[in-house]
Amino acid sequence: MTTTPDIHAPTFLAGDEFSIPTFRLLKQDGSLHEGATAPELEQDKALAIYRAMVATRVLDERMLAAQRQGRLSFYMQCTGEEAAVVGATAALDDADMIMAQYREQGALVYRGFTFDEFMNQLFGNELDYGKGRQMPIHYGSRKLHYMTISSPLATQIPQATGYAYGQKLAGDGLCTTVFFGEGAASEGDFHAALNMAAVHEVPVIFFCRNNGYAISTPSIEQFAADGVAPRAFGYRMHVIRVDGNDILAVYSATREARRIAVEHNQPVLIEAMSYRLAAHSSSDDPSGYRSKKEEEAWRDKDPILRMQRWLIDLGWWSEEEEKALQESLRREVLETMKRAEKRPPPPLDSLVTDVYADVTPELQRQLDSLKRHIRQYPEAYPKGASSLDPDVRAGDDVAAKGED
Amino acid sequence: MPTMNMLQAINNALDIAMGEDDKVLCFGEDVGSFGGVFRATSHLQEKYGRARCFNTPLVEQGIIGFANGLAAQGSVPVAEIQFADYIFPAFDQIVNETAKYRYRSGDLFNVGGLTIRTPYGGGIAGGHYHSQSPEAYFAHTPGLKIVVPRDPYQAKGLLLASIRDPDPVIFFEPKRLYRAAVGEVPEEDYQLPIGEAEVTKEGTDVTLVGWGAQMEVIDRAVELAEKDGISCEVIDLRTLLPWDQDSVAESVFKTGRLVITHEAPRTGGFAGEIAAAIQERCFLYLESPIARVTGLDTPFPLTLEKEYLPDHLKIVEAIRASVNF
Ligand SMILES: Cc1ncc(C[n+]2csc(CCOP(=O)(O)OP(=O)(O)O)c2C)c(N)n1
Repeated sequence: MTTTPDIHAPTFLAGDEFSIPTFRLLKQDGSLHEGATAPELEQDKALAIYRAMVATRVLDERMLAAQRQGRLSFYMQCTGEEAAVVGATAALDDADMIMAQYREQGALVYRGFTFDEFMNQLFGNELDYGKGRQMPIHYGSRKLHYMTISSPLATQIPQATGYAYGQKLAGDGLCTTVFFGEGAASEGDFHAALNMAAVHEVPVIFFCRNNGYAISTPSIEQFAADGVAPRAFGYRMHVIRVDGNDILAVYSATREARRIAVEHNQPVLIEAMSYRLAAHSSSDDPSGYRSKKEEEAWRDKDPILRMQRWLIDLGWWSEEEEKALQESLRREVLETMKRAEKRPPPPLDSLVTDVYADVTPELQRQLDSLKRHIRQYPEAYPKGASSLDPDVRAGDDVAAKGED
Repeated sequence: MPTMNMLQAINNALDIAMGEDDKVLCFGEDVGSFGGVFRATSHLQEKYGRARCFNTPLVEQGIIGFANGLAAQGSVPVAEIQFADYIFPAFDQIVNETAKYRYRSGDLFNVGGLTIRTPYGGGIAGGHYHSQSPEAYFAHTPGLKIVVPRDPYQAKGLLLASIRDPDPVIFFEPKRLYRAAVGEVPEEDYQLPIGEAEVTKEGTDVTLVGWGAQMEVIDRAVELAEKDGISCEVIDLRTLLPWDQDSVAESVFKTGRLVITHEAPRTGGFAGEIAAAIQERCFLYLESPIARVTGLDTPFPLTLEKEYLPDHLKIVEAIRASVNF
């Protein structure tokens, strides 16, 4: 218990007495702010970060275009926020768990999720790890320590606290980073997660991507306070606000946050200030709630351009390399997309697997009855019909053979 | 009579309710100037001001808790939950608070003014977080009313009735039909009764019961069945809680057969309740077992959505099986 001084007259502290500074290292022209020192970052790692940011941007552009052509049902971009997510991921141990919201494809790209793996999920084909059950962008990878995305917002935040508590008990020196938007930070789950993390001294990094909007709702209608960061005080938690478009600042802040989390078993809140340059999703049109002028102003703060200038100044990158990278990425995205599109959907049996560890008798009955029905109307269920077993595709009556 | 789609009909009902009574407020995520992600609340903020139509922070338990308080104070909140899949953070507020306000206070307080609007259902390639039909969870809760419209005309009349009903109502909107269902809707104020089913088609061989988006699917199945010479009676339940047992029983006395359909999983689905109640009342009149055509007992899928959904072919097969039992 901390002791607080007594007062003997009603003296209120105003809610806006705290204002939290923003940590910045890199200017938009690629030079450092006065008094700023770049974090230690060897050339290879810096280039890996940069390539992941560019690959994320290319993936997003191509997949949005694919959605517009009707090849994909839905897509979500993270344009403008690449530095926040890739920078944070690069500062972690590759074995640290990441629990993301849905706009964190950059973390996967950095950790080596291949374009094929992205496409299989986006097209929900038979190779999708999630077996075609979730909408596009709900990625997951056990190998890369990236928890499968769930759409209900903020549910991953208290889960991260729990996961990280388990890591602490396991004593493996790892932590969990959980990403969420400033909108999701309004949910009760957010508050529950921070409180439990602080009370139980959990090595978890709460990473808020404050990109200004939750669908159409601007952050000023989301909270009256100075963003999300001041909430950390209420829970007695370490906190930093960082320029989310500044790769060097995000990287150093997260690296330090990880040190605090792992060495001291203390949770940390990071609020990365950025802007959602794209629409909320492919189903959204932001012209209904914000101005082109506002978007343009943020385009001028492009995090990728900022890092590119820094790299070029250091002599670590060049225009030619940039061009070659862009071209090869575009080609690769298109090729993998074509491959993934052609693959069949997961088999019909996948409808009833994974609900439980074993298919229950009732689910088996339901599946059998569905199969009988599809055999009767194969042309009405093209996906399901083609995924019945080969005998059935050839028109054999499997039921007669006693397999049904 | 003007034609409207379901969203326009809902918007029109909200406009009428707000215009008539300044205690009516509309709020929820993205509901304010943007008009909601589906645009059901378009122009209401322009017309009635930010104090009566506004964006809330992104917190469903907050939205419904706030709405409960407002309703207890005497206001008439119409709260939007952006997707029925996201109603669960507010489950405690709805099931433990909204539903029991009147009962636990001996009617000192009530939240009868509250209406919760929320889009539900599949058929939009939404996967399992944009497709659920969670009505049965709420139908297990005494104190709530549950209303589901099937078309624009019904949506307007039932929504106006829900807003003015003395009890809290969850109004499930079949989002697949938001733009797809277009029909004539009177411009003036009208209400349709809550708690009453509607026989939408008379027939003699089999009774079909459904609600919301399933009604259109039932109609397609009935067309096929009638080509086989089967005469179908079709009932739109419209209100799931309290549901109109008398209308369904009366029909089953006549036809002797009942097929119930819903999109939600079978186990614990509302069809089970209907089947049980009707077999209690109509046992000696039944000529075949009551049939259920429902989703599977799995979360809602994406790629195999078409296979999962109870469609017209599955319903027509159930009708045939029932008649040829
Ligand atoms: C519990 C819940 N409520 C509502 C939604 C619908 N929804 C999806 S994204 C979103 C906005 C999220 O905004 P924010 O957290 O700021 O993240 P951003 O999209 O800006 O990255 C909403 C309301 C949801 N997915 N889950």
